[in-house]
Amino acid sequence: MNAPKTYVQSPEAKAAYDKRWQRIMDCVALKQPDRMPTAMFCTFYLAKFGGITNRELMYNDVKATEIAERALLELEPDCYNPLVLNVAMGPVLEALDYKQLIWPGHGVGDHQPYQYLDREYMKAEEYDEFIFDPTAFYLTKYLPRVLGVFDGMEELPYLPGLHYFRLVGGMRAFAKPRVRAALEKIMKAAEEVERFSNVHIDFTNRMTAQGFPTSHISTSVAPYDLIADYLRGATGTMKDLYRNKDKLLEMLDKAAVFLTKQTIAWSRASGHPVVFFPEHWAPDRFMSQKQFETFWWPSFRKLMINLIDAGVIPMPLWEADCTKRLETIRDIPPGKCIYWFERTDMVKAFEVLGDVVALRGNISPSLLTTSTPDEVDAAVRHLAENVFHKGGKLILDAAFGLPDETPVENARAMYRAARKYAS
Amino acid sequence: MSEMTDQEKQLVTWLADMNEDDAFALAKKMLLEEGANPMRVLDLCRQAMDIVGKRFEQGEYFLPELVLAGEMLENIGAVAKPLITQGPGGEPKKLAKVLIGTVHGDLHDIGKNIVTFMLDINGFEVKDIGIDVPVKTFVDEINEFKPDVVGLSGFLTLAFDSMKETIAAIQEAGLRNKLKIMIGGGQVDEAVRNYTGADAFGTNAIEAVSLCKNWMGVAA
Repeated sequence: MNAPKTYVQSPEAKAAYDKRWQRIMDCVALKQPDRMPTAMFCTFYLAKFGGITNRELMYNDVKATEIAERALLELEPDCYNPLVLNVAMGPVLEALDYKQLIWPGHGVGDHQPYQYLDREYMKAEEYDEFIFDPTAFYLTKYLPRVLGVFDGMEELPYLPGLHYFRLVGGMRAFAKPRVRAALEKIMKAAEEVERFSNVHIDFTNRMTAQGFPTSHISTSVAPYDLIADYLRGATGTMKDLYRNKDKLLEMLDKAAVFLTKQTIAWSRASGHPVVFFPEHWAPDRFMSQKQFETFWWPSFRKLMINLIDAGVIPMPLWEADCTKRLETIRDIPPGKCIYWFERTDMVKAFEVLGDVVALRGNISPSLLTTSTPDEVDAAVRHLAENVFHKGGKLILDAAFGLPDETPVENARAMYRAARKYAS
Repeated sequence: MSEMTDQEKQLVTWLADMNEDDAFALAKKMLLEEGANPMRVLDLCRQAMDIVGKRFEQGEYFLPELVLAGEMLENIGAVAKPLITQGPGGEPKKLAKVLIGTVHGDLHDIGKNIVTFMLDINGFEVKDIGIDVPVKTFVDEINEFKPDVVGLSGFLTLAFDSMKETIAAIQEAGLRNKLKIMIGGGQVDEAVRNYTGADAFGTNAIEAVSLCKNWMGVAA
């Protein structure tokens, strides 16, 4: 196994690391940092930056690591997303036979990004089964549907209730050829996942030694988005708002509980307090305010409160425009979260939430991809002057990270301007 | 428009209010047991969809209602359409033709489908050519379908270049002056419209309908 190496952090690098991390933590605690911090989030932008194809970035972790390091050393953000983990996963996805995604080298062109396949991975009539026993549903239904290596596990017997000699006899299921084949494939794929995880850990260790902290390691999901994105599908869940309202609400409650357990465990295992939540179905235009307050917000708020109580710092990325949601999502304890906004007007977000959360974002993707460095500079200046210098605890970043197509000079302009207007 | 009976009013109300089960049961009863004219039932559905569209415009309804409305319409249509005996010509004249598709490289379709649905219920003849549509397919389809408006959809930032290439190819084929082009999708804004050379952009289905109506000189 490729165990991560140990890297020595020089006193200078430690000081740089501590300063960067302190800026982020000051923002979270609603204290004024020494200057406006920056964050970097990107995926296939690294291919553009390094002059390779998206496919190479997916399959060549050595190149991916080398380019990610170069990008960080050049752009010098105060924190960055686990870069390698988010791109160089081609071999892992192949090993698992992952079916919910198509990626360069596997279903899309070499220069395209990966794309998620929105489908019904759980049928409407399966709500009761999921709610009664999510683990059994995962093991024998969901995982075989989304990971090819689990094919055969649907032949496992229902385990709760096995007892005494029935328990002994029940073990016969593990002799079934399809179950055995599945177990062998799962173990083999897991070795590849372990190898890849070590590549990621090695990379973050190396960057830590050079003074660069990650913004987060773990990612989690809002209960509604778990169901809408990964189980029932987007339109399936929309219809459930009418057709299966009570079951959906029951499942949301349940998901808040198991996501709490899982997210705390992952955050602790990664040794990083910040957990990233890409929020897909919260925007103003997707559902009414009443639906948002009934279906989307309560279970997510419950999850966030549980996490905050456990010392986790939730970092939701509120995708699209969430202006109408601002008053509602204000209802959390102050100084505990980072709210990252994509298209919501950051000045407005600052007015409503400035005394409750740190803010992150939100240089527009169309600006970054189609405008000039001067225009990027002006957009950063606007946010610095109207949010950070007015007391907003803003972590400057692109709206949802650097778009894949961002010209390199525009990315440089964004971080250069952020330093120029930082204090 | 002929006066509605109480039963017909009830069907329209249930459909517009998202009362799916009652609406479907009533429509089935009217069609299969009472011998109602299927064209009349479909017209009632269209009237209900007008109300749904207005509620969407007014900010009362959102995506879930449009998705459910589309499905209710499809389910009733599946019962009604086999019963239609009259020949063609019964349908009202369409306002204009719209060709719509998601540009190459992008597989997203929820927004495109909703725009298609809203244009359809607003009286446009819409041809949806799917997702990840190559530039050449757009040009070929324009030559064949002869649309008044082309809608290019895309959610990812890669769609900016795909839209630009598609519009350039339409120009190259000498078709650009014969039609209007609108773009839409998650990241689209004025900067993207300018970059791609589209005539207009929209951020939701209502804006798409308004753009098409304005271009065709129909009161929005």
